Amino acid sequence: MTKIRIATTSLAGCFGCHTSFLDMDERLVELLEHVEFDRSPLNDIKHCGPCDIGLVEGGLCNADNVHVLREVRANCRVLVAVGACAINGGIPAMRNHFGLGACLEESYLNGIGVEDPQIPDDAELPLLLDKVHPIHEVVRVDYYLPGCPPSPEGFLSVLGDLLEGREPVLPKKLLHYD
Amino acid sequence: MSAGANQPEFSPNTFTMDGIEIPFKDGQTLMDAALAAGVYIPHLCHHPGLTPHGSCKLCMVDIGSGRASSCTTPAVAGQQVSNNTPALNEARRTLTQMLFIEGNHLCPSCEKTGNCTLQAMAYHLGMLEGHFPQFFQRREVDASHSTVMLDRDRCILCELCVRASREVDGKNVFAVAGRGITARLIVNSPSGKLADSDLEIDDLAAHICPVGAILIKAHAYEIPIGWRTFDLRQIDEIGPEKVIQARVGHTDD
Amino acid sequence: MNSVGRTERTEPLNVTVAGACAQSRHLLEVLCILQQQLLHLSDQTVCAVSEHLGLPVGQVESVVEFYSFLYKTPRGKYHILFSNCPSCGFRQDGRNLLHVLCDRLHVVAGETRADGLVSVDETSCIGMCDQGAALLVNGIPITRLDSVKIMRVAERVETEVALSDWPAEWFRVEDNIRRSGLLLKNGFAAGAGIRAALARGFDATLAEITRSGLRGRGGAGFSAGIKWALCREAQGTAHYVLCNADEGEPGTFKDRVLLHSHADAVFEGMTLCAAVIGAKQGFLYLRGEYRYLLPQLQTMLTHRREVGLLGNHILGQRGFDFDIEIVVGAGAYICGEESALIESLEGKRGVPRNRPPFPVTHGYLGQPTVVNNVETFAAAAHISLRSSAWFRAAGTEKSMGSKILSVSGDCSAPGIYEYPFGVTMRQVLDDCGARDVQAVQIGGPSGTLIGSAEFHRTLGFEDLPTGGSFMVFGHERDLLAMIVNFAHFFAHESCGFCTPCRVGTTLLKNGLDRIANGHGTQYDVDEMKRLGILVKQRSHCGLGQTAANSVLDCLHRFPHVFEQRLAQDSHEPCFDLDAALEEARRITHRDDAAAHLD
Ligand SMILES: Cc1cc2nc3c(=O)[nH]c(=O)nc-3n(C[C@H](O)[C@H](O)[C@H](O)COP(=O)(O)O)c2cc1C
Ligand code: SF4
Ligand code: SF4
Ligand code: SF4
Ligand code: FES
Repeated sequence: MTKIRIATTSLAGCFGCHTSFLDMDERLVELLEHVEFDRSPLNDIKHCGPCDIGLVEGGLCNADNVHVLREVRANCRVLVAVGACAINGGIPAMRNHFGLGACLEESYLNGIGVEDPQIPDDAELPLLLDKVHPIHEVVRVDYYLPGCPPSPEGFLSVLGDLLEGREPVLPKKLLHYD
Repeated sequence: MSAGANQPEFSPNTFTMDGIEIPFKDGQTLMDAALAAGVYIPHLCHHPGLTPHGSCKLCMVDIGSGRASSCTTPAVAGQQVSNNTPALNEARRTLTQMLFIEGNHLCPSCEKTGNCTLQAMAYHLGMLEGHFPQFFQRREVDASHSTVMLDRDRCILCELCVRASREVDGKNVFAVAGRGITARLIVNSPSGKLADSDLEIDDLAAHICPVGAILIKAHAYEIPIGWRTFDLRQIDEIGPEKVIQARVGHTDD
Repeated sequence: MNSVGRTERTEPLNVTVAGACAQSRHLLEVLCILQQQLLHLSDQTVCAVSEHLGLPVGQVESVVEFYSFLYKTPRGKYHILFSNCPSCGFRQDGRNLLHVLCDRLHVVAGETRADGLVSVDETSCIGMCDQGAALLVNGIPITRLDSVKIMRVAERVETEVALSDWPAEWFRVEDNIRRSGLLLKNGFAAGAGIRAALARGFDATLAEITRSGLRGRGGAGFSAGIKWALCREAQGTAHYVLCNADEGEPGTFKDRVLLHSHADAVFEGMTLCAAVIGAKQGFLYLRGEYRYLLPQLQTMLTHRREVGLLGNHILGQRGFDFDIEIVVGAGAYICGEESALIESLEGKRGVPRNRPPFPVTHGYLGQPTVVNNVETFAAAAHISLRSSAWFRAAGTEKSMGSKILSVSGDCSAPGIYEYPFGVTMRQVLDDCGARDVQAVQIGGPSGTLIGSAEFHRTLGFEDLPTGGSFMVFGHERDLLAMIVNFAHFFAHESCGFCTPCRVGTTLLKNGLDRIANGHGTQYDVDEMKRLGILVKQRSHCGLGQTAANSVLDCLHRFPHVFEQRLAQDSHEPCFDLDAALEEARRITHRDDAAAHLD
């Protein structure tokens, strides 16, 4: 039996969703009988090949996030936005309350404990978007798994449905935004 | 404002809601009658005892081929009302999504999470995501008051605080200014700040906010996330007004 | 919270405020006077007004932020607003007149120039659609604009010529009555309608109005006679008559002409209504855009008082006491909705009330109130003078009498056309010299979009009801641009009370912009339909309930105007990714390839 191929990535997130995914503990072993991982921070594969499912944690805060998201979208049949940040920007989107300039000045010029104040301008660094955006504003998203983070049961529920070829339906008791 | 004080004459009037017969007293709205009969109609801007507002439109129902807001529509004998239908709930979900994306509802960072009626409504309606592009409006936070704080990012303009202040507290602390998508909650004080208003911690207006826009300072995490009102129950099992009443000791009936 | 008063004024603020409060008892009028004098309403002004009038600061503030013509930050000494109605529009022959003026005056649209001299912006239709492109300068209309005139306007602003010294011809507003019927053809001597009513008796006059079949001309078409009768029966400490002269529906300007040239009939209709329902006080709620008509209307009211047609004992009849006050709006289409109008009159935001109760039982100050359109009152006066039979002789079974149309857009003779109800669209198009017509928007943005296949249809309550707006779109017109214009109008004018309209009109606007800009996909089109139906079905008042009509009509009758704009990609970003990097590029001084996204 060929395994379902899954890619995962963390954009502007905290890896909390990935950590929660791993929290499924021994159930992971069973899951791995059915799935294998492509690009993922879990195995450190850097680029995505053709996949069945993409799990995206985190929203879009910079140009690099956009490139990665597009790569994952282009290679995955089904894309799932995982967690509050992917779905509506989450905690990183709290910076949208302020202008980007104000954020950078506070972090790199005026903030407490700043030494050698200067805003980084190295061409190696991904440039920041003026606001943090949810991923569905840039690519088509097939399913959403909310939570901050979603529980391991949430992951199992959505993946279980997808593995069985069903539309994922998150049971009400697993639906939460926090 | 308690309904028990002035019971209207009983008359044997009934209407049906989703096929269930619901009795009503003269002058009652569909919402009043349904809640009294233990039937839940989703609602955000309604609170028993306060003048019905009719703005959130979550309580929309169909009456025959017509449409109405149940919180403002008087019950009429023999009406056939549809409430808990897939089409209405889908429309309600879309309205809830509109409320989420118009404001900045970042639940993980919100003290109200778990106790929030908007969030619970979204759970009830099976909302997974905001669906529409976020507006990311920038709205002012007012932390000037010693015990109450106002974070307009989460205000859904239900005007419960406006009405509670006027009708129950006998004050006039809040108002809505502006129009359209730029409408915003304002504080009725010369500086526009809560600290200069006569809001006090025991006012109903300080507690009635269904979302995390008006918050009591320094009590946010007394009950841990996971053990809060709507972590334990669905919104249709417990009217949000009961939550508020429990909190401020206001009782109805 | 900041903002200081204008430095040129030496008078202390509360003297200015006291002066304004002395001139009017209406909050909105006081604020308009102060806006004119101080060029904005600062927090201090708001507080001073609240103190002088004994109103909560919150109420004054909420009103200031509601109306388009009241500003929290200073406008220019010359404040110029271009009408953005799609019919007359400031986009002319490929030139954007607003941009022309802004460029010439070095001012950014929507902002006040640093020296405080001038500000330029756009505003919803100002009801001059038959006069070419138009603007308001300090509230006064200038019509028949072209780029030459714009240059001259700029010169006068730059050299600070007083408005009174600008060429009078610029301010001329023509009636453009092209076709007269029942109301416009027949003369009306002041007092004639009241005399006839006195001779007949007021009960018989009400019966006559009812028998005439007169239905409201402002939109909903409710029977005027029944409305008056309901109000008369309603208990209250006072009864009121309100004339709805808010005429905010883009493309509508017939009330402007009635008030300019037939105001006696309008005032007389109000007086008759007062006699029937037992009102002592009436108000004419005039849209802010028509403030220039105010002096003339005041003069007429004064004259009517002098000749005993208003005031105590009208025409010598003991106890027949009635007077009319004019209250001017301040830029809010929603205030044409009758209960919002009443709220506005009461010094509040123009937010529609919950119904029931209706204004006939609980209107102004909670008392029984009749609200009728300008044209309805004028027709009532004529009916009193000439009889119901005369009125019924025109029109159709369910639509008696005539309708005054405001014809604008792509035709050779825009203006006022009065027809018996039942006239076909084809007839109107022929008469106004419209050739090669793609579509007509009947009844304004809130009405119906009709294509050439249906020009046999008739105007009237049986088929196509209309408040009077008749916008002709020729084949050159970009229909989608019209729909986008309407969507912007509704998003701008939504009062913000209810969720579906407050958020939905903005979502519709954004979605249509996206499609018009070539970034939309079939998904977006489907979304417009889904949203449109929700906004239409679930909004609180007529504004939201009609806001999606034009997009739904266009999707139904002209689907290709959407289809031909759709992007090839199945999913386009919801925002401009490269533009979203602009701020970061500026801050970091980067412009390398990695500093861009497509
Ligand atoms: C958004 C909105 C705007 C309206 N604007 C006007 C208006 O400008 N003039 C008017 O007469 N009626 C307007 N109406 C209709 C009024 O609510 C009301 O029906 C009318 O004034 C009654 O007068 P009538 O019966 O003589 O038509 C509007 C309604 C809505 C919902
Ligand atoms: S107010 Fe409610 S919905 Fe909004 S962020 Fe807070 S918990 Fe979430
Ligand atoms: S602050 Fe809360 S109670 Fe007041 S209008 Fe906003 S959401 Fe409603
Ligand atoms: S439909 Fe629009 S204009 Fe009418 S009450 Fe709702 S928000 Fe206000
Ligand atoms: S509960 Fe009825 S409209 Fe909000």
